[in-house]
Amino acid sequence: MSEQEIDETTGVDTTGHTWDGIKELNNPLPRWWLWCFYLTIIWGVGYTVAYPAWPMLTGATSGLLGYSTRAEVAQDIDRFETQNAALKTALAEVELASLSDNPDLQRFAVANGAAVFRTNCSQCHGSGAAGSVGYPNLLDDDWLWGGEIDQIAHTVRHGIRNETDNDAHWSQMPAYGDILEDEEIAGTVEYVLSLSGGDHDATLAQTGAVIFEEQCSACHGENGMGDPEQGAPNLTDAIWLYGGDRETLLETITNARFGVMPAWGSRLSAADVNAVAAYVHGLGGGE
Amino acid sequence: MGILNKHQILERSPTLLLLGCFSVVTVGGIVEIVPLFYLENTIEKVEGVRPYSPLELTGRDIYIREGCYTCHSQMIRPMRDEVERYGHYSLAAESMYDHPFQWGSKRTGPDVARVGGRYSDAWHVDHLRDPQSVVPESIMPKYAFLSDTQIDGEYVQDLLETHRIVGVPYTDEMIASAQADFTVQADPDADWEEMVERYPGAVVSNFDSQPGITEMDALVAYLQMLGTLVDFSTFTPDASR
Repeated sequence: MSEQEIDETTGVDTTGHTWDGIKELNNPLPRWWLWCFYLTIIWGVGYTVAYPAWPMLTGATSGLLGYSTRAEVAQDIDRFETQNAALKTALAEVELASLSDNPDLQRFAVANGAAVFRTNCSQCHGSGAAGSVGYPNLLDDDWLWGGEIDQIAHTVRHGIRNETDNDAHWSQMPAYGDILEDEEIAGTVEYVLSLSGGDHDATLAQTGAVIFEEQCSACHGENGMGDPEQGAPNLTDAIWLYGGDRETLLETITNARFGVMPAWGSRLSAADVNAVAAYVHGLGGGE
Repeated sequence: MGILNKHQILERSPTLLLLGCFSVVTVGGIVEIVPLFYLENTIEKVEGVRPYSPLELTGRDIYIREGCYTCHSQMIRPMRDEVERYGHYSLAAESMYDHPFQWGSKRTGPDVARVGGRYSDAWHVDHLRDPQSVVPESIMPKYAFLSDTQIDGEYVQDLLETHRIVGVPYTDEMIASAQADFTVQADPDADWEEMVERYPGAVVSNFDSQPGITEMDALVAYLQMLGTLVDFSTFTPDASR
């Protein structure tokens, strides 16, 4: 055992270790640092005992405090559900047509519906509900499947042309490219253009009128006003889902369109469906 | 002389020092490695989760190739705001056939763990082709080029085999019919019953409404199944987690 001494140059203790005459200075860690280190070890052990931590043969230890992330989130959700329970139940059961008789409930429905809309609907219909090509504008009074609040709720709940809900709205326009001759389609395009007062070729439109009568009027109506029972759009106004120019109409009649909306009844609660229906109904075009 | 000063004995004998080091590393190694052997315990048993169908798996590869995970997470955390927005929080079992998992760590765009079935196929195609056409405020880049590459599943059988090597329970039957299953999933007019039997809940659709199978079809097939496998109306969460 070599001697512990004070190094003359630095004035620091040596550890007593020497090797080839080289000595090791003894600069121990500060006490406060060391104690913090020991404390973290104790804390670490205590933490793994108190909270779920160690994987065992059949599952992890559950911890003495009984903490569970899942229980916490369930509690959190419950807390809000309880707060809103009265309004939510009322909203789930309300006769939508008479919702406006209950201003408190209506206010709640519209505020709730706005949140539901922004979370789930805005991706297709736009955050302002103005839609885009192929995804209907919900701000106007031109409704494909009806704009009464009950009809809106039905559309939200069951969706359109989806495979997942048997009550989904369903209709299918034939692709007339397989049925009609090119000239017949061209005539129909001109006739449809004439319906909404667009620039059109009057002679072609006359032949188109006959085709329209035979092929299109069953759904779109004899005067082209559409039929919300079949999701057939009104062709006489300036509102177009896919576009009302000659080229787009040609594409639409040749290959048809098949807009799909998912059924939200399986994802949203009854109250949320009613809420979003109330919100959409109140956007301006509700009937 | 306290016990702390005895370390000289260790330090002066290389053999003892080696043995001492070895025992310390062994203990440390066991503590870190052994729990991995019991990893299965941490994944709760859940009905409905199945390996990806060949077309979905191909789409998943495209998802990874395009780096979708850098902006989209696939992990709904157990918090009220996340559950309200995205749906039921993610379960470990839902990503147990993911190699590698796509949980992600950054949400520039929204979480996509339960995007399956939320939007129509046409929306996904429109949105991938030109995100701003449906979501004007989006900063997502355009992926229209996915429609340009026709794919025929030439190597999809190898892909399934590779996943089997790392533990995904693909059966011999699944591997043998991989390329056929790949093709029928994008063709509603084909004979796809057996494929759906092998991969319950697989969505059969001509995703991009164009003839042939493109990378677009594969990616949309993958997106449309995300988070749809577990039926949460019959699921009771194990409370001790």
